[in-house]
Amino acid sequence: MSKILLKIDGKEIEAEEGMTVLEAAQGEGIEIPTLCHHQKLEPYGGCRICTVEAEKNGRSKLVVSCVYPVEKDLEVTTRSEKIDRVRRTILELLLSHAPDSDQLRKLAEEYGANKDRFEKEPSFCIHCGLCVRYCAEVKGKFAVGFINRGSRREINFIPDLAATECWNCKECFPLCPTSALQAAYMFTEAQVSETPVFDADSK
Amino acid sequence: MDIEKVDQIIDKHNSEASSLIQVMLEIQSENRWLPRQTLERISEKLEVPLSRIQHIATFYKAFSLIPKGRHEVHICMGTACHVRGARNVLTAVEDYTGIKPGETDLDLKFSLETVNCLGCCALGPVMEVDGRIHGKISPAETAEALKKYE
Ligand code: SF4
Ligand code: FES
Repeated sequence: MSKILLKIDGKEIEAEEGMTVLEAAQGEGIEIPTLCHHQKLEPYGGCRICTVEAEKNGRSKLVVSCVYPVEKDLEVTTRSEKIDRVRRTILELLLSHAPDSDQLRKLAEEYGANKDRFEKEPSFCIHCGLCVRYCAEVKGKFAVGFINRGSRREINFIPDLAATECWNCKECFPLCPTSALQAAYMFTEAQVSETPVFDADSK
Repeated sequence: MDIEKVDQIIDKHNSEASSLIQVMLEIQSENRWLPRQTLERISEKLEVPLSRIQHIATFYKAFSLIPKGRHEVHICMGTACHVRGARNVLTAVEDYTGIKPGETDLDLKFSLETVNCLGCCALGPVMEVDGRIHGKISPAETAEALKKYE
């Protein structure tokens, strides 16, 4: 593996080819906030909270650090007025869906996000996909998945699998950034209802 | 739809996971909806997790997890049709069929949907039934046109 030299927050860093900017930063103890990232899972890039500025040849752009591969001579800034503004808006949007999430509230405080900026539409799930991907990639069970799309997307447990696999696992519950409740709720629903998706309004 | 027919369609595609959407589309068009048992069968034969199939089945509007009528009526609500009175056409069709967009009548005769542009704006307002275009249709003419469908 060839080494790649880049700069993060002014610090010279030696990273390995194929690493993401986030991994390189974390390796040096530089903190970048994340919501949908998990060490054991494939990069996903769903929440965009880990956005940073990357400069090369005098040009700077906003990139998503958890999916952006390290490049030679890249100069990364992990915190700036511009980045804060992006993170603030993302948080304000997410908080309209999950107003009670501790993780979101803490970040909101740090970035000065106004949790009441947008009208509340508590769906709780912020579509980070951690539960879904963990079940598929780490456990290989595919017991929970997404259904529908866009703003109507939600998680859904397959009842038969929920009954046989999930009781002794539940490892996805604590991963949820909005509280374990969303997963727990959908899980319970799968237990009590025979056919949740199949007779739901699937338009 | 019996399981043999489902298996036939799956076999035609050599049980390849990459043909998942094709298999689903074929079953949808034969059967007009995707019953749970069918999805489970596809999952088993193509070795694709059911949660993934569910995701796809609920993602694309072409699939339905509830029974659809024998005739699919689409009313175009695109800009051109809209300014030419698509709303009134829709109301007339709702009155005739007794259903709202997204619904199917009890006899499984009609399913009604609104769409956002059928690409033939010059013909607006447009009602499409089973892929057949009824252009420049007035609200009053919709009942006449729909009567022909059994
Ligand atoms: S339920 Fe929680 S972990 Fe699962 S996708 Fe939604 S926010 Fe993420
Ligand atoms: S942590 Fe990078 S997009 Fe979510």
